Amino acid sequence: MNIHEYQAKELLQKFGVATPRGKAASTPEEAEQAARELGTDDLVVKAQIHAGGRGKGTFANGFKGGVHLCKSPAEARAIASKMLGQTLVTHQTGSAGRVVNKVLVAESAEIAREIYFAILLDRATAAPIIVASTEGGVEIETVAEKSPEKILREKIEPLAGLQAYQTRKLAKQLGFESSQLKAAAKLFDGLYRTFMACDCSMVEVNPLVVTPKGEVLALDAKFNFDDNALYRHPELAALRDIAEEDPREVEASKHGLNYIGLDGNIACLVNGAGLAMATMDIIKFYGGSPANFLDVGGGATEEQVTEAFKILVSDDKVKAILVNIFGGIMKCDVIAQGIINAVKTVNLPVPLVVRLEGTNMEAGKKLIAESGLAVIAADDLGDAAQKVVKAAEGK
Amino acid sequence: MSVLVDKNTRLVVQGITGSAGGFHARSCMEYGTNVVAGVTPGKGGQMFDGKVPVFDTVWEARQETDCNVSVIFVPAAGAADGILEAVDAGVKLVICITEGIPVMDMMRVKAQMAGKPSRLIGPNCPGIITPGACKIGIMPGYIHKAGSVGVISRSGTLTYEAVWQLTSRGHGQSTCIGIGGDPINGMSHLDAVKLFNDDPETDSMILIGEIGGTAEEEAAEWIKENCKKPVAAFIAGATAPAGRRMGHAGAIVSGGQGTAAGKIEALKRAGIAVAETPATMAETLIARMKGKS
Repeated sequence: MNIHEYQAKELLQKFGVATPRGKAASTPEEAEQAARELGTDDLVVKAQIHAGGRGKGTFANGFKGGVHLCKSPAEARAIASKMLGQTLVTHQTGSAGRVVNKVLVAESAEIAREIYFAILLDRATAAPIIVASTEGGVEIETVAEKSPEKILREKIEPLAGLQAYQTRKLAKQLGFESSQLKAAAKLFDGLYRTFMACDCSMVEVNPLVVTPKGEVLALDAKFNFDDNALYRHPELAALRDIAEEDPREVEASKHGLNYIGLDGNIACLVNGAGLAMATMDIIKFYGGSPANFLDVGGGATEEQVTEAFKILVSDDKVKAILVNIFGGIMKCDVIAQGIINAVKTVNLPVPLVVRLEGTNMEAGKKLIAESGLAVIAADDLGDAAQKVVKAAEGK
Repeated sequence: MSVLVDKNTRLVVQGITGSAGGFHARSCMEYGTNVVAGVTPGKGGQMFDGKVPVFDTVWEARQETDCNVSVIFVPAAGAADGILEAVDAGVKLVICITEGIPVMDMMRVKAQMAGKPSRLIGPNCPGIITPGACKIGIMPGYIHKAGSVGVISRSGTLTYEAVWQLTSRGHGQSTCIGIGGDPINGMSHLDAVKLFNDDPETDSMILIGEIGGTAEEEAAEWIKENCKKPVAAFIAGATAPAGRRMGHAGAIVSGGQGTAAGKIEALKRAGIAVAETPATMAETLIARMKGKS
């Protein structure tokens, strides 16, 4: 799960991480009011969407840039009115862009130096690791490519946690002056405590800035939370913004289905994440293009299968559907009945290829045969993929 | 003809009185697995299906029944604790089926297991099976056949797919190990490859991986230098969009790392036969065994 910048900053403040003062606004009036409350002439208005590249983005209404500096509350209001309710397209949003429902009005910090600082859970060492660089303000991938020697890595012992000496060492390695050491160490420690307390898989501050006065501030922050741990963080789960998500994915998650929307025209319904990915791959291999990833899981009910099927057929781009089931715990007859039930309530507008293997395969095939559904049966995975690609091409 | 589990396995099922635990304990027993104990805190003293004594703690189960392998069906919130409980009791092999365990919990488990003699398989895995001898987990038993192919996989149903392809072509399996789809897990591809390499009854392997992490690359590196047995592989997720978690918590391409293309390249460099599609995993291995690829 991701959250907005303004939410990230509010969260960081709870852990003592210094950020520029600011407030979120949903209307131009609120933006003006927020700017007035800040009591400064150095302001910034930032569009709140779950995607990077906002500064260089363009709004569908032609307005350029999702991040603007300004000098007065009236100006903040004017900028906010050009952003709110508008669609912002950045290099990370895809051509559809994202609608801006909130802007962050904040104090614009003067910047003497920009630093990159992130904490993530490293799979290879099974430990948190700090990744930092003096090259802040640019994407870390770019730094890794052009000057990998400028990336610092500091492992944190999982059971001991981040030690004070590590924060001081990092501060010196990142070029902080002695007078700034305490502020930097405090900020690093606060980020680590946020990371651990919120079950994050990543916290990224880019840039972390040093002002000409020597203050150390988190100017932007990006969080990734471990979805598996959200059950013990209801306050974080409440920050989810479903307007930022694909509506098909939102619908699927309501029914406990694992769905990811893609751009192709062949829908697939599969049990198991690995097989679901592999099914997408084999569709592509035979020249087709998958419309989605969908794992109905190991213990799906008839109702879940029905709901999954409804989501698939509601996608206008879909030209054919492939059901690929290898029944283990999942029984093929349950899948078959779920599909039959779905087709009773929604029309089947496109060809349907079904491949059933494993537990209760015969019963599943019999149910489908007796239902009179126009199904293209497939013998194995390769056969199924080739048949569905042909069907999508109208052959 | 196997690794890790066989006819001598004495299994304890943690969470045996739950619906999933009970269902799968029964199916393992029907397959012939020797289930000697169950554990559910607060239900000590009961009998499961009139046959298997239930204990409050793994410690008691170990003392009373000398169980040497544990399988965990405990819900995600308590599963990490369940793993540590089994390790503490001295159970040598712990298999955690549970899906959805917070990654931080697994990080702590892994750190606490360092230096201990117990081995962990999973979490978020189908389990392990030595066909004809011992099934521990949620896989359908009947698709397997005893034989000499070792199967290692991060995915459940994709393992079934590979196993069924092998069995349908007359090739049995020595042992099939589902190592699970989480970013931090117990046994790695490499650990399993080493076991199969040393097992005289395993003469070839299928290694199934997916996007995310570097476990497949590490196994490939080792195979290149040390393994003489034929190995075929398949990597799922070539079409997965970057930055998205594809069902498994560990199946994610982040910062350009962990792509299918990168893994396939590493495997091929190590001389491993990589199946072009998931429909040809067994064919690819058979061709390699015959020296045709």
